[in-house]
Amino acid sequence: MIRQDAHRIDSKRRAIIDPKKRQFATPIYKQQDYPHRLNLYDTPPTAEITLEQFEQWAIDRLKVLAEIEACSYRNKTPAETATHITPLLDKYLPLGSNTSASNGTVDQRLKNERQKDHYSHFILRLAFSATEDLRRRFARAETMLFRFRFQKDDSRERRAFIESLNLDWESVSEEERNELADHLISSTPGLRRLDEETWYKVDWEKVPELVERRSVFLKKGKAYVPGREQLAMIMAEFTARLERSLELTSRALPRLDEDDRLTPILNHLSKNFGSADSTFTEGEGHVDGAAITASSIDQLSQHFPLCMRSLHMNLRKNHHLKHFGRLQYTLFLKGIGLSLEECILFWRQSFRGKTDDEFNSQYKYNIRHAYGDVGGDARRGRGYPPYSCQKVLGDNNVGIGQSHGCPYRHYSVDNLVGLLQTTGVNDKGILREVREDVGKQRYHIACNRVFEFSHKNEIKKVKEDGTWSQADLDTIVHPNVYFKRSYLLKQLAKAPGRD
Amino acid sequence: MPHSVATMEPPAQPDNETLPDAPEEANGVKLEDMFDDDDDEEFPASSARDVKMESSPAPAPEPVPAPFQSGVDSDVMLAFYQRLFPFRYLFQWLNHGIVPTREFGNREFALTLQNDAYLRYQSYPTADLFRKDILKMNPSRFEIGPVYSTNPRDRKTLRGGQMKPVSKELVFDIDMTDYDDIRTCCSGASICAKCWAFVTMAIKVIDAALREDFGFEHILWVYSGRRGAHAWVCDPRARNMPDDRRRAIAGYLEIVKGGSSSGKKVNLKRPLHPHITRSLDILKNHFGQTTLIDQDTFTSSEQAEKLLNLLPDKSLNDALRRKWSSSPDRPSTSKWADIDALAKTGKSSTLNTSTLRDAKQDIVLEYTYPRLDAEVSKKMIHLLKSPFVIHPGTGRICVPIDPKKADEFDPLSVPTVLGLLGEIDEYDAKHPAGTETEMPDANGSAANGSDIRGPRKMQDYEKTSLKPYIDFFRSFIAGLIKEERAGKRERDETGPKIKADPMEF
Repeated sequence: MIRQDAHRIDSKRRAIIDPKKRQFATPIYKQQDYPHRLNLYDTPPTAEITLEQFEQWAIDRLKVLAEIEACSYRNKTPAETATHITPLLDKYLPLGSNTSASNGTVDQRLKNERQKDHYSHFILRLAFSATEDLRRRFARAETMLFRFRFQKDDSRERRAFIESLNLDWESVSEEERNELADHLISSTPGLRRLDEETWYKVDWEKVPELVERRSVFLKKGKAYVPGREQLAMIMAEFTARLERSLELTSRALPRLDEDDRLTPILNHLSKNFGSADSTFTEGEGHVDGAAITASSIDQLSQHFPLCMRSLHMNLRKNHHLKHFGRLQYTLFLKGIGLSLEECILFWRQSFRGKTDDEFNSQYKYNIRHAYGDVGGDARRGRGYPPYSCQKVLGDNNVGIGQSHGCPYRHYSVDNLVGLLQTTGVNDKGILREVREDVGKQRYHIACNRVFEFSHKNEIKKVKEDGTWSQADLDTIVHPNVYFKRSYLLKQLAKAPGRD
Repeated sequence: MPHSVATMEPPAQPDNETLPDAPEEANGVKLEDMFDDDDDEEFPASSARDVKMESSPAPAPEPVPAPFQSGVDSDVMLAFYQRLFPFRYLFQWLNHGIVPTREFGNREFALTLQNDAYLRYQSYPTADLFRKDILKMNPSRFEIGPVYSTNPRDRKTLRGGQMKPVSKELVFDIDMTDYDDIRTCCSGASICAKCWAFVTMAIKVIDAALREDFGFEHILWVYSGRRGAHAWVCDPRARNMPDDRRRAIAGYLEIVKGGSSSGKKVNLKRPLHPHITRSLDILKNHFGQTTLIDQDTFTSSEQAEKLLNLLPDKSLNDALRRKWSSSPDRPSTSKWADIDALAKTGKSSTLNTSTLRDAKQDIVLEYTYPRLDAEVSKKMIHLLKSPFVIHPGTGRICVPIDPKKADEFDPLSVPTVLGLLGEIDEYDAKHPAGTETEMPDANGSAANGSDIRGPRKMQDYEKTSLKPYIDFFRSFIAGLIKEERAGKRERDETGPKIKADPMEF
């Protein structure tokens, strides 16, 4: 690595600074005067702050990021997220625009806010660059925060900010624009008149989001982006830069090892970045007292959430599931406490049409892999955790002939309703509400609605006798939680007065 | 071990034995000097350990359903590797030049051995060693993975996460099994000329999009040996893309979406994106020929009902249903025509002509638009079967397909390994040794020391029907290497000066 770095220093400097010594060279102090509200966080901070500030600023930012992440796990719409986040931002991480200052120029208050924003970002970078998973989550949350602020920014300041970035965007000449008029109009959703927009020609790699959605015109590797899609481009730029620097930070991290003031703070911060519902610790989904074996799955499947139940029904119908279906289902079964041996037995019996040889050579390995029995990297932990709703919903690509994913999201509404009816949900009111939820893309709500409906008597009971607190009945965001809660509720009903 | 087999070979040594000498001499060049490593940190560390999970179901060794080729036994396989497999060209293709570099040396190969064991993370510094190892292991097939930041064989000595994929061709996989719900002639692993038409359409549509929209030029299409085709986009810009850009392209190209229960699979916004308009133009005629005539998809009442479900207007559907149930064997062409005919009679008061037109366009796309296995394209670490290996089930060679002549390609006339070995014997019988000397050197791009010794000996593949395919592959590589050199020169002129270009030869 070091040798490569040497190539990047221009040849004149190479003679003076040995790359090995370079890390001890005095940092070049760069005064930051924060002319803009937004920041792409290119330059690390160099001024001194106290340890208390170091910790407090980081915690404040962390609170905001954790909430943003929680909103996305709960599938809140951007508008809902905005109302939720705004008060928090004002409290913990205010960031005023230039116009909000008394005389329209950047005063000390704004500078302080911006400094805190800048410093806290870089402190958290240190805390969250250690593992791949943390880096990804941090980049995602930061990007959402940036997007949120960018949209809130007033348009004049936003323009000034963009101009200060010096991105290389080539603007499209009028001639070319008229020539491509038809294409531009038909590939840009919501556009009526061509001349309303300034068009930029950029490498398509800069706007992968637009390309993926097919909402931009492409020609020979260039994307023709209308001015109002700036957001997409800026976001891509922001994410790309952040990911790159997180990667670099992670390599530099070992140098901090000797520092006994910051390391504990940073470790503490990274441990606390988490909304509990996104992760699922081992054993959490196990239900005490339930005999979970290959032969009891059929019986238990009445407690499964719809995503798993439809997989189970498909499996029983076709005696086969495609790869991602098997993976999703296997991990779920692992989560409810089915042992590896029983799980292999379960699949063996379910794949009736396959010979033992076929089964052993084609399927068994994957089951063992999912359980962490084989393969994987021992240093990074074996096997996979059961999928959360987030993960199941996030699969954009349920392909032809596949049946995994979330039925609320991936089935057509009519098929979904049909499926619900076969599982015994026939109430017209509920089905209508589910249709509405799904129409508004609130898949979680729909699923929880069905849960509450099919367990309404039991829920009422535990609420009345106070055995379950409200926290026990919080929104379900994990299929295994769905199972556990459903199973426990039905058990309570079967054995009245046990508690 | 294969050595016992070797004695059965004709005494004439296969020509490939004298592989490029030049690479050996050039080994003194420092690898660092040939590359600037700027790209290293651009790639997110995608965990390589997922590969097994993701790729295993698709290429899982399928038992051969019909005994027609009774598989390809290991002797035949070995003879193929010794006499016919174009190791040198495969090397040049992956190496993008003649002097061995990291592009080839750090490339992962995954071998499926005769006993179905699966060996990942193999790598080879040179074409010679590559050939030697393949002859030794005699795999039933092998797959190609990404170029890693370090030699994949060293992965165990590195700390976790240090070996990262750096580049790989952007690949696409089209498999006929994904078409099972819309083809009537065959299902599963079998294929006929009628359903190959779907692959032909897919090649045309994807090829056009990659060239015209994304500006890629070096796209190698390869027959997968049985019922599908692969595309390898080899432009440097494509090879170096991180996963999110690959996902963007896969998303851009994917139109037919949804699982077995998601109902209408094509739902497009209007106006149609230029890519879709162009695809629709390509596919319209194919729909008329393949779906309506050859497949006659909508004859069965079940399929006709599926068609009706995709149409927007209830009363029109009822009218159609009545008409079709009175003549159960009405061919698809007439049924398709009935839609417009009945719509024009104005029987339905609620009918909106533009909705109907849109729905019909969606239907054409649902029944003809390429169905890609998108997962394969999205991840750099995905492995894909190498060109020119033998499909163990059919014995056919995975030959390149010229996208300009996609219509002419017939999977059933692709040479089989037994056929090719027979052709060599036939040729040798007609031209006994000694008469085959006067061959002009057709081997321009791969000139090497061995040619100076005298008139070039004819290579075995040139005696067979594999020749046109290898010639096509060679011209593809020549184009690729030419651009690669031009690109390098440009970089040298603009970038920081490194010493005289070691790639110059």
